[in-house]
Amino acid sequence: MIPLNPKLFDKDVEQVPIRKGFGEGLVLAAENDERVVGLCADLTDSTVMNLFKSKFPDRFIQMGVAEQNLASVASGMAAMGKIPFITSYAMFSPGRNWEQIRTTICYNDRPVKIAGSHAGVSVGPDGGTHQAIEDIALTRVIPRMVVLSPCDAIEAKKATRLAALTNTPVYIRLAREKTPVITTDETPFQIGKAQIFYEPKKGKVQVGIIATGALVYNAIVAAKELEEEGIKVKVMNLATIKPLDNEAIIELAKECKRIVAVEEHQIAGGMGSAVAECLAQQYPVPQEFIGVRDEFGQSGTPSELIEHYGMGIRSIKEAVKKVLARK
Amino acid sequence: MIDINRTNELAQVANNIRQSIIEMLLQAGSGHTAGPLGMADVFTALYFEILHHDPKRPDWTDRDRLVLSNGHINPVLYATMAHAGYFPVEELKTLRKFGSRLQGHPHREWLPVLENSSGPLGSGLSQAVGMTLADRMDKSVTSNRFFYCLLGDGELDEGQNWEAMMLAGKERLHNLIAIVDRNNIQIDGYTEDVMPLESLRAKWEAFNWHVMEIDGHNFSEIISAVEQGKAVFNKPSVIIAHTIPGKGVAEFERKFEWHGKAPNKEEAAMALSELRNLRTFGGKITGEHE
Repeated sequence: MIPLNPKLFDKDVEQVPIRKGFGEGLVLAAENDERVVGLCADLTDSTVMNLFKSKFPDRFIQMGVAEQNLASVASGMAAMGKIPFITSYAMFSPGRNWEQIRTTICYNDRPVKIAGSHAGVSVGPDGGTHQAIEDIALTRVIPRMVVLSPCDAIEAKKATRLAALTNTPVYIRLAREKTPVITTDETPFQIGKAQIFYEPKKGKVQVGIIATGALVYNAIVAAKELEEEGIKVKVMNLATIKPLDNEAIIELAKECKRIVAVEEHQIAGGMGSAVAECLAQQYPVPQEFIGVRDEFGQSGTPSELIEHYGMGIRSIKEAVKKVLARK
Repeated sequence: MIDINRTNELAQVANNIRQSIIEMLLQAGSGHTAGPLGMADVFTALYFEILHHDPKRPDWTDRDRLVLSNGHINPVLYATMAHAGYFPVEELKTLRKFGSRLQGHPHREWLPVLENSSGPLGSGLSQAVGMTLADRMDKSVTSNRFFYCLLGDGELDEGQNWEAMMLAGKERLHNLIAIVDRNNIQIDGYTEDVMPLESLRAKWEAFNWHVMEIDGHNFSEIISAVEQGKAVFNKPSVIIAHTIPGKGVAEFERKFEWHGKAPNKEEAAMALSELRNLRTFGGKITGEHE
C-alpha cells in the first residue's frame, strides 16, 4: 500500500490549506531553477506566492488586478526562456483570462504554469462569485494543458515542483480552506499517475471511487465507514486529470464494475466526465457522479456548502449504494 | 536620416511586398487587404532597415523580437519575411490552404520563424511586455535587444492593451517600442464612429509612454522615430503611424469595406497593374522582373 498519513482517521488529523503546499513548492522549484519567475494579480498573500516573493524579489512581478495581462505577459516571459508561474483565484485565472490562456499560452506552446487558488465551493463566505466550480472543465478542454488537482498540501508541493520541470502549460487547482493532510513526504507522486489510497482489508471490491482534490479525504472516510457496513470500496486519488491515467482507471473499472466520481466541481465537464469519456469508450460500467449539479455556489461555511451541494461523506456513501443497486 | 537612394530601394521592396500581398490574397480567396497594404512600408522599414535579425538564423538569441498583435494583417508579415529571406516567396501562394505553414492567422508552431501566434486581438502587447521584462532580468548576460510590438488601432478597443500599457509604463521598459497602425478603420466602420480612440496620443502619454506620431508611409520618418524611441531610456515608446488603409491601390484606399475581404480576379489584376506602373515611376525604381 502507498504510505499515507498514519493519523488520517484521527479526530485531530492535521489540517493545512492546499494552497500553502503550492507556495512552498514554488520556493523549492525556484531554488532548483533560476528560470522560475512568479507573477501575481494582486493576491500575493492569499495565493501564498508571498513565500516566493520574499525569497526572490527580483524574480517576482506584481501585475495588479489584471488577469488577462497576467496570462499573456507570462507567455512572453516563457518565450524568452523563463518558467513563469502565475497566480490568482481560479475564478479569474483561468476563469476571466481563459482565451489568453488558450491562445497566448497553449496555442502558442509556452510552458506557463497557472495556479488557480480558491477553487470549489469551500471558499465559503465569499459566495458564488468567488467559487470556481468550472475550472477543471475550462482547462482540460485546451490541447497541451496538463491539469493537476492535488488532494492536500503535501501533494500540492510535489505537484508544483514537478510542474516546473515539464515543458507544457500546467494548471494547478488549489483550495483555500485548511483540509486534512492525507499524504506524507514519502508518498510517491508522479504527474499522470493515479494511485489507490484506500482498499478494504479483505473481500472482493464492489465499487471504485475516483476522487480528486480535498474531497479525496471524504471519499476515504466514506469507504472506511462503508467497509464497516460490509460494502467493499476502493478509493483512487486522481491528482492528474489530464493526461488521464486511462490504464489505472480501466483496471479499477474491470475490478469493481461500478464507479463513483467525486469532485468539488460542476459534474458537467469535470473529472468525472473525463473518467466517463474514458470508460464509455473502453470499458463501460455504471457510474455515479458527486459534484455540483448545474448550480452556482453561495455563502456559508465550507462544511455547510459541501453538505448542501451533496459532496459530504453521507452523499458519497449514498452514491456508492446507488451505483451498487444499478443493473 | 537615410539618403534618397536607400529610400528608393525601400520603396521598391515595399512595392514588391504589396504585389505579393495582392497575389497571395487572390490565391487564398479570403483574408484582409487594407491593413496589410497600409502597413507594407512600416514592415519594410523594420525588416530591411531597423531590426537586428538574421533570416538564416531565426533562433539567434540576440535578435530583436517583433510581436505582431493584430494577426489578421499577417499577409504583410508573411510577404515581408519571405522577401527578407525567411522562407521562399513561392510559398506565399499557400496562404490559408490546408496543410500550409501560412495559417489564416499566424501560428508559430506551423511557422517557427514567428515570435508568436496571434489573431484574437489585444494580447500582443502583453507578450512583448513579458519578453522585455524577461530580458531585463537577464540583462547581465545579454546584448542590446529591442522589442517591437505592432498593433492595430481598432484593436485598442480591447481592454487588455491598457493593462499591458499600464504595466510597461510602471516598469519603465525602455527597450520596448510599440507601433500603432493608425489607419482609422475597423471592421464595422471608422474607429471614431465605432469606438472613439482620440485623443490617442494623450492616452498613451497618460500611461507613461513616450509618444511619437509619424506618416507611416515615409521611410525617413519611420526610421528616425524608431531611433528616437531607442534613445528614450526611462520609459517605453509608442509610434502612432498614420497610414492609409489599402495604400498603393487607389480603389482600396481609405475604405473600411476592404478591411476584411480579399480581391477577386479582376480587382487583383487592376491592383497589380497599378502597383507595377508605380514601381517604374520616373524610371528610378525598377523591379527585378523588368
